Amino acid sequence: VLVEADASAYGPADVAAAIADVVRAHEAAGTTYDLVLLGNDASDTGDFQVGIRLSYLLDRPVVAGVSTLSVDGDRVVARGGAPDGGTEIFEVPLPAVLTVMEGGIEPRYPSIPGRMKAKKVQIEEVAPSGTPVGAGRVRLKLPPVQPSQVEVLGEGPEAAGAVVDLLEKLGVVR
Amino acid sequence: MSAVLVLVETDGGGATEVSRETLTFVRGLGLDVHALVVGDGPPGLVDQLGAYGVTTVHHADGDAFTSYAAAAWAAAVVAAAGDATVVTAAGTPRGNEVLAHVACRLGVTMAANVVEVESVSPLSVSRQVLGGSALEEMRLEDAVAVFSVAGHACDPAEAESHAAPVVHPLDVSVPEADLRARVVRTEPGEPDESGGLKSARVVVGAGRGAGGPDGFADLLELTELLGGSLGVSRVVTSLGWRPHHEQVGQTGSRVAPDLYVACGISGAIQHWAGMSSSKTILAINTDPDAPMVTKAHYAVIGDLHEIVPAVNEELRRRSAG
Repeated sequence: VLVEADASAYGPADVAAAIADVVRAHEAAGTTYDLVLLGNDASDTGDFQVGIRLSYLLDRPVVAGVSTLSVDGDRVVARGGAPDGGTEIFEVPLPAVLTVMEGGIEPRYPSIPGRMKAKKVQIEEVAPSGTPVGAGRVRLKLPPVQPSQVEVLGEGPEAAGAVVDLLEKLGVVR
Repeated sequence: MSAVLVLVETDGGGATEVSRETLTFVRGLGLDVHALVVGDGPPGLVDQLGAYGVTTVHHADGDAFTSYAAAAWAAAVVAAAGDATVVTAAGTPRGNEVLAHVACRLGVTMAANVVEVESVSPLSVSRQVLGGSALEEMRLEDAVAVFSVAGHACDPAEAESHAAPVVHPLDVSVPEADLRARVVRTEPGEPDESGGLKSARVVVGAGRGAGGPDGFADLLELTELLGGSLGVSRVVTSLGWRPHHEQVGQTGSRVAPDLYVACGISGAIQHWAGMSSSKTILAINTDPDAPMVTKAHYAVIGDLHEIVPAVNEELRRRSAG
């Protein structure tokens, strides 16, 4: 499904609403989804909220930041990192929304025959409904540059002596 | 006077460092600072919050909070918010998650990872986008502004005048629906996985410049010679070159060694957040304009695969002599 929209006019609430519309439309047409999976956060806009907003629109439980999941009957078991470095395990009734944390999962790339088959798949194009509320963005800017105080010890392996002098001065040589 | 509510995360030592940064950050808004603590807080927490300028501590406790459920925490935040005009938390996975729930409940916008308040009235903030390489200035015009504060947006500092906070037990009714997604059990992390890294006096950091899983031998030798620990950037763990527990940065360990040797690390803001408290930073990088080089105290320009072996050899030579 491709939602044709002006991405720059879309904020996280709009993206969630567009996905919710697709889920509802498909469910009305007879295809229900036990699980809706999303990324935890977009590496560009970094909003950290689309999946959670979607769960409210669909009135489904949501677990954010999961690293593995398995479906067990009418429940999904999801594991994610705990603040203390351990693992938290959730058992959530289906249907549910999960957002997946980047890293720790090896992407499985499609095979060539798989990609050839994918080319023939019909893409459903959807026009979003309603006017987007947007992201509230005023402007983008670069972070302030701190004046550099760096002392360059040298270039290449010839600097090794100066580096070890520094290590000795700092008292970190055993 | 209207108030700002801060969801405070705790560990054994009290409010976490990022939560104390958040408390410091929001004092700049000039509002009364309230805190919400969920579950049992460590001893001394209320006094510590008072030192950071908190005047009221809301405390949510009870069956709904014995294990983590983001929606239940959000219910507590909404209950504690009262007539607060700003609701914040640290920009941690948990902070961002709970605030997203809060924003849904209040029907407002949420800004993640704010680093600067541009103007207080009307409220306008700047937040990290593109992994921190750019900032987005964003207006928060709702009746309640919801935003998280990025790690290292400021250094944690106690308030000039300490308050004696009023502790306010919260009576939150948490419906069953808010407990559908709840932690049913936890497993501890691997014992002492990163313990050595967090307390090391010297951390040798390695980034993309290591070149591949086989590119760490010289770095590990330098680590050994200095009696330090190896720390790596996220790209290194994402590519599977080194295990995750060695990762330093916003989503890894935070380290504050006497010396951080950043080898082949460009210095993305997420990595910087994990090691910027190092007393001395020595960068080894081919690019003299890399952020890590310009922010370091000392730098050597060149290929780490040539420089690190030369340093190792010099260290061995001097220790033998």
